[in-house]
Amino acid sequence: MPALVLLGIFMIYPILWSLWMSFQVGRGMAFSFGGLTNIIRLTQDPVFLRALSNTLIFLAIQVPIMLVLALLFASALNDSKLWGRGFFRTAIFLPCVTSLVAYSVIFKSMFAGDGIINQVLLGLHIVSTPIPWLADPFWAKFVVVAAITWRWTGYNMIFYLAAMQNIDRSIYEAARIDGVPAWARFWYITVPMLKPVILFTAVISTIGTLQLFDEPNLLTQGGPSDSTLTLSMYIYNLSFRFMPSFGYAATVSYVIVVLVAILSYIQFLVARDRRA
Amino acid sequence: MSNPLVLIGRAATYLALSLAAFVSVFPFVWMVIAATNTSPDIIKGKATPGGALFANIGTFLNSVDLPRVLFNSFFIAGVGTALTLLVSSLAGYGFEMFRSRFREKLFGGLLLMLSIPFAALMIPLFVMMANLKLINTYQAIILPTVAWVFIIFYFRQATKAFPHELRDAARIDGLKEWQIFLFVYMPVMRSTYAAATIIVFMMHWNNYLWPLIVLQTNEMFTLTLAVAALSAGYTPDFGLVMVGAIVATLPTLVIFFLLQRRFVEGMLGAVK
Repeated sequence: MPALVLLGIFMIYPILWSLWMSFQVGRGMAFSFGGLTNIIRLTQDPVFLRALSNTLIFLAIQVPIMLVLALLFASALNDSKLWGRGFFRTAIFLPCVTSLVAYSVIFKSMFAGDGIINQVLLGLHIVSTPIPWLADPFWAKFVVVAAITWRWTGYNMIFYLAAMQNIDRSIYEAARIDGVPAWARFWYITVPMLKPVILFTAVISTIGTLQLFDEPNLLTQGGPSDSTLTLSMYIYNLSFRFMPSFGYAATVSYVIVVLVAILSYIQFLVARDRRA
Repeated sequence: MSNPLVLIGRAATYLALSLAAFVSVFPFVWMVIAATNTSPDIIKGKATPGGALFANIGTFLNSVDLPRVLFNSFFIAGVGTALTLLVSSLAGYGFEMFRSRFREKLFGGLLLMLSIPFAALMIPLFVMMANLKLINTYQAIILPTVAWVFIIFYFRQATKAFPHELRDAARIDGLKEWQIFLFVYMPVMRSTYAAATIIVFMMHWNNYLWPLIVLQTNEMFTLTLAVAALSAGYTPDFGLVMVGAIVATLPTLVIFFLLQRRFVEGMLGAVK
C-alpha cells in the first residue's frame, strides 16, 4: 500500500510534528519547551481573537446560505420536465472550474469603487452613493462571502443532484397522487433522503471555511484593518511574513483542528437526532 | 392540471434559475469584455468591448514568461493529477477489495485526517522539504498531494459499485492483482476517473498557498502565482491581469467541457 506510506510521510509525520511544535517557544529555528505559554498567549492576542471571530462569522453566514441555495437549485434541476436543465446545470457549476486567482481579480475589478457593480446599483437607483466594497470592514466581509458562495454553490449542487438521481421516482409519484404539495415533498422526502450527502457537504464546507485563506488573501489581504483576516492567513503571516514564530503558529493551527473536530461532532449529532 | 399556483411556482423556479445562471456566468463575460479594455476603463465599469485587447496581450507577454510559466503549470498539474489518481485510486480500491481486521479502523483514521487543516501541516512540510533540499522544485509541490484523503474516500465509495464477480473471474483467468487493477478495474471505472480527473486537475492547477510557500524563483512560478503577482497591490493593470485570468481559466474550462458527460455519471457512482 504505497499510498499509506506516502500518507504516513506527508500527513502523519507533519501532524505529530506540528503537535510537538505547538508546545515550543522561540523565534526562527531556535526552540525551547514552553509548556502552555503559547496557549496563554492565544487568549491575550487581539489579532488572534480578531481572526478567530472573522473566521467564525464567515462560517456561520456563508455555509448555511451556500448549502441551502445548492439544495434548492439541485431540487429544481432534478425535475425531468424542466426545460433547459443541462444549460442551467452547466452554468451554475461553471464558477467552480475557474482559477482562483482569475476569479479574485475579476471580483476585485467588479467591486472596485466606481466599478461595474456600483455603476449598475447607481443606475437602477438602488443606492445613491457608491458602496466602498473593499474599503469598508462590513462590505469587505460581504464581498468575501459573495465570492465563496459564487464559487462553491455549484460544486455542492452537483453532489446533491447526483444523490437525488438515486431516490426512487415512485416515492414522489405516490406523494403527488396523495396530494402532498411540492414544498412538503421537498421537506419530508428529499431532505431526509439526502441526509448523508448533506452531512458530507456540511462537514467538507465547514473544514474548507475554517481553512479559508486564498480568497481573502487575494481580494483584501485581510484588510481593511484585519476585518477579513482569517486563522489560516494569521498562521501564514506568523510563519512566513513576520519574524518566524513556528511554535505559536502551530498552536493557532491546532485551534482550527479543535474547531473542526467539535463542529463535525455537532453536525454528526444533529444528523443522528433528525433520524430518530 | 395547471392551476395558477403551480404556474406561479414554475415561473418563480425559472426566474430563480435564470438569475443564478446569470450571476454564475456574468463574471466570465465580464472577464472577456474587460480584457479588451484599458485598466482605467475597467475600474470605471465600462461594460462594452474596447480596443485595447492586443495592447493588453502585449503587456501580458512582456511581464510574464508565458511559455515557461505554462510549462510549469501544465507539468505540475499533469504529473500531479496522474500520480494522485493512480496512488489514491489504488488506495481506494485496496480499501474496498481487501478485507482485513484493521480496515475500518484505518479508514476511520484516514477520515479524521481529512479534518486536519492544511495550515497545520504547512510549517512541518516546509521544514521537511527544506531538510530534503527540495525547496523550489516540482517534487516539493507534487509529493504531498499524491495520497489525497478526499480522493481515496471518493474512490472507495465508487468501488462499492464495482462488481466483485469481475475480479473473481479475472483471478480464475490467472491475472495478477496489478493486472486486474490496470486492465479490468481502471477501464470499468472510467467515469469515476473522469470525474476525479476534473476535481484533481482543478485542485492542482489552481493550487495557490502551497506553491506560494515552496516556489521561490520566478522561473519556477506557476501561472496561478504569476497572475497573482501581477494583480497584487492596490492599482494593478487590470487589462493585462484579465488576459492572465483568461489564460489561467481556459485549461480547466476545456477539460470540464470535454469530460462533462462522464463527470456527472462519475459523481453518480460515488454518492451511491
